[in-house]
Amino acid sequence: MPFSLHFSPTPPITAPSPLSKPFFLVPYYHTLHAPKSPLCSSMEHALTHQGKQEAFDRRPEDSQTLPLGLRRDAMPSHVAVIMDGNRRWARLRDLPVRSGYEAGVESLRKIVEICCKWGIKVLSVFAFSSDNWFRPKVEVEFLMSLFERGMQEDTGIFFRENIRISVIGDLTKLPKALQELMVNLEEATKNNTRFQLIVAVSYSGHYDVVQACQRLALKAKCGLIEPSDINVSLMEQELETNCTEFPHPDLLIRTSGEFRISNFMLWQLAYTELFFAQSLWPDFGEAEFLKALLAFQQRQRRYGV
Amino acid sequence: MLREDIIIDIFSGWRSFLRKCLFRVLRVGPIPSHVAVIMDGNRRYAKKKKIDDMTGYDAGALALLHLIIYCMELGVKYVTAYAFSIDNFRRQPEEVQKIMDLTMESVMLLTWISKLRSVRVHFAGKLQLLSAEIQDAAKRLMESTAGYNNFVLTICICYTSSDEILHAVEKSCKEKWDDGIGIMGYDKGNDYERLIKVEDIEKHMYTAIAPDPDILIRTGGEYRLSNFLVWQSSCCHLSSLGTVWPEFGVFHLVWAVLDFQKNYRYFAKKKLQL
Repeated sequence: MPFSLHFSPTPPITAPSPLSKPFFLVPYYHTLHAPKSPLCSSMEHALTHQGKQEAFDRRPEDSQTLPLGLRRDAMPSHVAVIMDGNRRWARLRDLPVRSGYEAGVESLRKIVEICCKWGIKVLSVFAFSSDNWFRPKVEVEFLMSLFERGMQEDTGIFFRENIRISVIGDLTKLPKALQELMVNLEEATKNNTRFQLIVAVSYSGHYDVVQACQRLALKAKCGLIEPSDINVSLMEQELETNCTEFPHPDLLIRTSGEFRISNFMLWQLAYTELFFAQSLWPDFGEAEFLKALLAFQQRQRRYGV
Repeated sequence: MLREDIIIDIFSGWRSFLRKCLFRVLRVGPIPSHVAVIMDGNRRYAKKKKIDDMTGYDAGALALLHLIIYCMELGVKYVTAYAFSIDNFRRQPEEVQKIMDLTMESVMLLTWISKLRSVRVHFAGKLQLLSAEIQDAAKRLMESTAGYNNFVLTICICYTSSDEILHAVEKSCKEKWDDGIGIMGYDKGNDYERLIKVEDIEKHMYTAIAPDPDILIRTGGEYRLSNFLVWQSSCCHLSSLGTVWPEFGVFHLVWAVLDFQKNYRYFAKKKLQL
């Protein structure tokens, strides 16, 4: 049949494709050739751990605090945030840039509290990108001291609220004291189960894939694997997000109205729903977060089917 | 209408003249060098028009043809289109077969266009998943157009970013292995010099013939990458349009370019940084 660039007179109406069905319910018509999608591991993961939701250490009041309109069964397990707009927030108020960052930390604390309340299991925040090292030295030093101060001040809260802290990124570039603090905090909170906060510092998606590649190459050199053995599963074991049970964010929120990912978690964002909020990060509160979650719950996630 | 007549019709006539005038105005500002598209919404278009999904895909193919021509006229150098994902094999067999048939027809049409306008055509993806017939046709087209560089069209077929990255990682490991180079060596300062770098992975990507996209357009109103160019779109502008793909026209492209121009200052700064 030649390339049909016009409609035939009365085409039949066929039954709609099963767009809304999860991929695992759609029969495999081409199982011989189609390799397993990287989604499969995260979806299967989500399904097997659905039954373990109740095992999470939740306070009794958490189950009653979901706002109207949000469905508990459709809550994202992992939310990622690009906290953009701190400097613009400060400039709009004729404040120094550091005030913007401090307001950003307050905003983060509120969102962490809301995530704990609403049953979101993992929150990843893009605190400091590999590209941010190009910023003025004074600003970078202030940010490093802000991270140190924030982690020290909130240590008590992490233990009290049963929050696990994980830090991802190239920590070798950070001041030694901050590196030690982060490593110790990670170790001390590793058995906390209520909620996990992943802080990406000196991180980029490219860096994450390259370091995973280097680890795999080292394993190949040591004869543990062949280069041809490298697959999705091996790759994900070496990515920095191997610190969590839910490495793939379901929802990515970026504030300040910019429509880009800025090199955050590239591999992991393959099927993530993106939400771009207009407000600046220090102004991003419960109402905006609710809007993002409601939008997420209305999305049809087809995963290519 | 015959397909060649349709191409000639798009390239000539008063509509083409008006378009060129409009593009001349747009070119006062910066034009993206590389436009990537996720062509979503063909089935929704078919449902809306009360036609079958297969005809929806035909309309989608026509829209892609229009986009290629518009981009050539606008001065865009690279266009990358997400034609078929590895995940799409899970769709109904007749849908998959339709897309394969369209791919074969497109190869023939692109062969004709490439001679007309010196277009380099590249198929990016795990091509071994295609039938032998389509593979051979695609490879012949790629070889015959390899010398053209006026305009580069990349069709991502049997593609996912995850597969592309894994392929590039495997190639990088094998390359270093074959060269007999240790994975970790010492530089003069006695620090570890990691010999697998971003550039090593990037050169083995399926889409390595084109630079990173400046703008990634997704139609259909969804906000997600669906495993398309996740590595390459790290810093590019994302544009989601509510219109379904078969209805994507010149004004949607103009809107996307204006959106890119509004954010151009950031990208120019980024390029200087790199």
